[in-house]
Amino acid sequence: MDYASVLQLLDSTVRLSTPLLLACLAGLWSERAGIFDIGLEGKMLAAAMTSAAVAALVAAMPDRGALGILAPVIWGLLAGILASLAFSMLHGVASITFRGNQLISGFALNFIAAGLTSLAAQSIFGQGGRTPQLAGDARFSPVTLPFTDTLRNVPGIGPFYAEVLSGHAGLVYLAFAIVPLTWWLMYRTRYGLRLRAVGENPAAVDTAGVSVIRLRYSALIITGILCGLAGAYMSTALQAGFGRDMTAGRGYIALAALIFAKWRPVAALWACLLFGFFQALALRPDIVTAIVQTRVPGPILDALPYILTVLVLAGFIGKATPPRAGGEPYVKER
Amino acid sequence: MPGDAGGRHAGGPGGLNPPASVTDPPAIELRGISKSFGPVRANDEVSFSVPKGTIHGIIGENGAGKSTLMSILYGFYRADQGEILVHGRPTALPDSLSAIRAGIGMVFQHFKLVQNFTVLENVILGAEDGPLLGRSLRRARDSLTALAREYGLEVDPDALVEDLSVGHQQRVEILKALWRNADILILDEPTGVLTPPEANHLFRILKGLRDQGKTILLITHKLREIMEATDTVSVMRRGRLVGTLRTATTSPARLAELMVGRKVLLETVKAPARPGPILLSAENLTLQDEHGVERLKSVSLTLRAGEILGIAGVAGNGQSELLSILGGMTRPGEKVSGRLTLKGRDLPLSGRGADGKSRRQAGIGHVPEDRQNAGLILDFTAWENTALGYDDDPAWARGFLTDNQAIRDDTARKMQTWDIRPPIHTLAAKSFSGGNQQKLVIAREFEQDPDILLIGQPTRGVDIGAIEFIHKQIIALRDQGKAILLVSVELDEIMSLSDRIAVMFDGRIMGERDPATTSEGDIGCLMAGIAPARIPEQTPPGPTAEAP
Amino acid sequence: MQPLPKWADLVLVPLISLTLAAFVTALVILSIGESPWFALTTMVQGALMTASGWGHTLFYTTSFIFTGLAVTVGFHAGLFNIGGEGQAQLGGLGVALACLCIPWPHWTLALFGASLAAAAFGAAWIAIPAWLQAKRGSHIVITTIMFNYIAASLLMFMLVDVLRPMGAQDPSSARFPAELALPRFNQIPGLDLLFPRSVPANVTLFLALAAALVIWLLLWHSRTGYRIRALGKSEGAARYAGIGPVKTTMTALLISGALAGLMSVNNVMGDAGRLLGNSAAGAGFIGIAVALMGRNHPLGVVLAAFLFGFIFQGGSELGFMTAIPIEMRVVIQGLVILFTGALDMMVRMGLERVFARLPRRPSKAKAA
Repeated sequence: MDYASVLQLLDSTVRLSTPLLLACLAGLWSERAGIFDIGLEGKMLAAAMTSAAVAALVAAMPDRGALGILAPVIWGLLAGILASLAFSMLHGVASITFRGNQLISGFALNFIAAGLTSLAAQSIFGQGGRTPQLAGDARFSPVTLPFTDTLRNVPGIGPFYAEVLSGHAGLVYLAFAIVPLTWWLMYRTRYGLRLRAVGENPAAVDTAGVSVIRLRYSALIITGILCGLAGAYMSTALQAGFGRDMTAGRGYIALAALIFAKWRPVAALWACLLFGFFQALALRPDIVTAIVQTRVPGPILDALPYILTVLVLAGFIGKATPPRAGGEPYVKER
Repeated sequence: MPGDAGGRHAGGPGGLNPPASVTDPPAIELRGISKSFGPVRANDEVSFSVPKGTIHGIIGENGAGKSTLMSILYGFYRADQGEILVHGRPTALPDSLSAIRAGIGMVFQHFKLVQNFTVLENVILGAEDGPLLGRSLRRARDSLTALAREYGLEVDPDALVEDLSVGHQQRVEILKALWRNADILILDEPTGVLTPPEANHLFRILKGLRDQGKTILLITHKLREIMEATDTVSVMRRGRLVGTLRTATTSPARLAELMVGRKVLLETVKAPARPGPILLSAENLTLQDEHGVERLKSVSLTLRAGEILGIAGVAGNGQSELLSILGGMTRPGEKVSGRLTLKGRDLPLSGRGADGKSRRQAGIGHVPEDRQNAGLILDFTAWENTALGYDDDPAWARGFLTDNQAIRDDTARKMQTWDIRPPIHTLAAKSFSGGNQQKLVIAREFEQDPDILLIGQPTRGVDIGAIEFIHKQIIALRDQGKAILLVSVELDEIMSLSDRIAVMFDGRIMGERDPATTSEGDIGCLMAGIAPARIPEQTPPGPTAEAP
Repeated sequence: MQPLPKWADLVLVPLISLTLAAFVTALVILSIGESPWFALTTMVQGALMTASGWGHTLFYTTSFIFTGLAVTVGFHAGLFNIGGEGQAQLGGLGVALACLCIPWPHWTLALFGASLAAAAFGAAWIAIPAWLQAKRGSHIVITTIMFNYIAASLLMFMLVDVLRPMGAQDPSSARFPAELALPRFNQIPGLDLLFPRSVPANVTLFLALAAALVIWLLLWHSRTGYRIRALGKSEGAARYAGIGPVKTTMTALLISGALAGLMSVNNVMGDAGRLLGNSAAGAGFIGIAVALMGRNHPLGVVLAAFLFGFIFQGGSELGFMTAIPIEMRVVIQGLVILFTGALDMMVRMGLERVFARLPRRPSKAKAA
């Protein structure tokens, strides 16, 4: 296998890891606050559809008027975040305010999102549940990092810099920047301390005079925003438009990565890169065949992240202890 | 500032000498506080005041309304009526935050700590200095050192709470309150989980805090603690305040009478025991929990037919573990060793045959300590609970299926004979009162006619009338020649029912006494882990031969 | 606050939840510019007013009874088996292998054998998550989600690389022998008077109803059921009673997986006559809605399964006959799960408030 193939593989790893990473961090915020969220998938889907639809609609306007101040893709991004937030808040109402079962709520919202997105896309565009192909400023264009051209001719590093690191959509860099930001917020700020506490023992936070409900909702807002970014990336950067069920289980892979990373931000980055790498491999069976010298069926590669996660859950690769108050609605005791 | 506590007698004028000077308004004054939950009046026109710089006890039985009152003081509940004055100012306490702002700190019975946070993180949680943690953590470290010196509140600031002993965790709770500048400290049943030395240490800390001008409310149902630690005491009964007294001028008997509203029955009438052959004998029982901590250390005892062996001790000294081994309730992670024989036959201690069902089949009945989480399934009906532990009783089997009607009939009959009210066997167990729930368990276990009966905390949360009934039944069972092992943290209960008393401390049996010849003081010493120098006329509880 | 009367809890709460879900559905239909009334009449027309409609509705009902029962048994043990989809797919594999590899002399024997295989494969697929839950406390919800995806991959591999006949294009198994086809309602004497034309509903419906009866007996009239329910309600009480948590958890989940697997008898053997990709078609997930809606009681599950059969068939009718896309039924399904499962407390709290006011009137009347 030549160096070019390796670079291509790593390049698509970065691309494919990004939505996983954003969704995984989204799950991290929510679960660290004690709210299980298996609805990452649905929120991504909602955001993916909304951003593609809004970007397409704005781009198609003959006269954008006041909307002209931002590119259509940005309007799409904002709309996607709003859609994801709406789902996130619904999850909050069900699981925080009405103390419903968090797993069932997340699960239900996934279905609603799956149905509503194709429904809406179909009734707006009439193209079989898809949005129109996005082009130009309705999509995120690649960002070329500085010195790419200067470094390109440096052997080894140059092509790596140009192919793997440079040339991604802005959202990719944003996603990677959110990792240290999340770490810092979680471990170095008052907000993070309280948030982690509310996921471990909400009574401790409550008796300290801090509102459990407000903290948990705030975490869900962050979750909503991050899932919004993940979904918008799917339809306006990774792909050029929304297609039915386009997230294809990424919300669940992100959840798997979260467990794999034992609910820690930096580990989440590595887990998502690993799972993204598997996805990239599944797209290049020729490379896999070249390495192991036999044909590996694609489905086996697809299943790898899940199998690994089960191994983690089983305690064969370290022990994954979820936040202690996770999944439990908080009821004030006397 | 907690750091100030180290300063020269911080606080207002007269903060040093308890009780505070008469000119100070009381630290806390309650006027006509009432609170109802549905038809239940948890607090009924409660009024009292606590002078600054004193330790005030609030005593009462379970369900007397103490906890409700404290929850109102800490902003958990809002009173339906009445007024709260803090340092003479009427203060609304709609939530915990306003209570904290009013200078009230609370140490809950069940600690509100984040287990995988450090002590420092727990202390500053919710009362940080600013949006970034660095400064708070540094300042907290300094003031913790100061407080440790001042009051003997030593605790490693960087330790994870989950690694601390219960006593140290409680210190963290007190530190939390002091970090928030509390000058009124409420402690809810603080010694329930402490060993006697830890409890004594706590009282020393509290007295130190009082001498620095803090006001302390100590809620407990233990008379000894009231007498030992408080300056004044209020007695609650059924939601009402029935009296406030100076501790120095009252007696435990007087307080007890106020608590229950009549002279406490001192002795239960019972004939002398006629012990028969040894039915159960335990040798060197040892239990190690999931974390490798030895909870039970080489306990040996024998139990004869027709006698009641009482196990006395402060909660958490191995009694629960002893019951769990004998009753077959050990958890998978726990390691048990030793030897257990029933009528000369060995009983397995772990694995197959060491579960609750096998124990029952071997003839050991069990009224568990925790009625709500073990003895009953609260969501099940009364009749379904009748089958708990006996679900494969052949009398209730009909081929592959169960004969539910037979269980229902049996339950209806039990409800009649044991006077369980309301006598509706289709009612969920949670709909019965504590006393009737306990009767459901006792009826089930007693009527199975076991040779040996394990009884844990038979009258916890049970009303007085039912207590007398339950005590009589236990004695009646003994007189039928059953062997009874009674575990209770209520020393009175142990003293009045037992034919022999074994006292547990720190997972061991400290000694055995004859209730006729011993005193509460003597038992109390053993409970506190103090082995008397004199060797009383006691037989060693079991063979001392080394286990192989 | 007084607890709700039992009848209100069992009947009123799900009915109100359902009404709320229907209301939101109507709003969605309105928002895409269609008429909810027309949608409803179309659904009723398509699902319940023709023999063919009934044939489809009952076909779906059959699948949903199995998956609904699967979730129900799990719930009673306090465990949320979200992996019915994967177990059903594996059950389909079991059916296919049984039908393709064994030369059955008659469809009745084949039905018996295929049911055993379906149940065994379904149970096998939950065995690992169940064991991890029982022994290591790994959360069953997460592991079964993972196993759903692994099942999808495994099935894809089996269909593409193993079971696909030589030269065939689409990923599916060979056709089962024709003589193993299960009698459809139009082929059953008596029923054929009602169903003149070929419908997918087949004898498996009777198997499903029998399963509901067996599960009812199991849960409330057997020792195993008692143990399952006791463990689900209180772990402490189970330990006290000597009910082995590992064995009981395994038993409950294996039964659950077997039920989910059994669903495949209906669609793989009863309808398709071969194993196709994504054979479970979401029925495993719908089982969750069915169990919630049916209040975890087999009778409720049968009724709720019929309701969802109606929604499923009516929904596809919507796709054919109106401008409302077929995905509407996914939305409805999600809404029902949301309202009956997660917002249950909202409905209950509202009702409790209403009931708290009601009893006063009669007592006042008495006083007067």
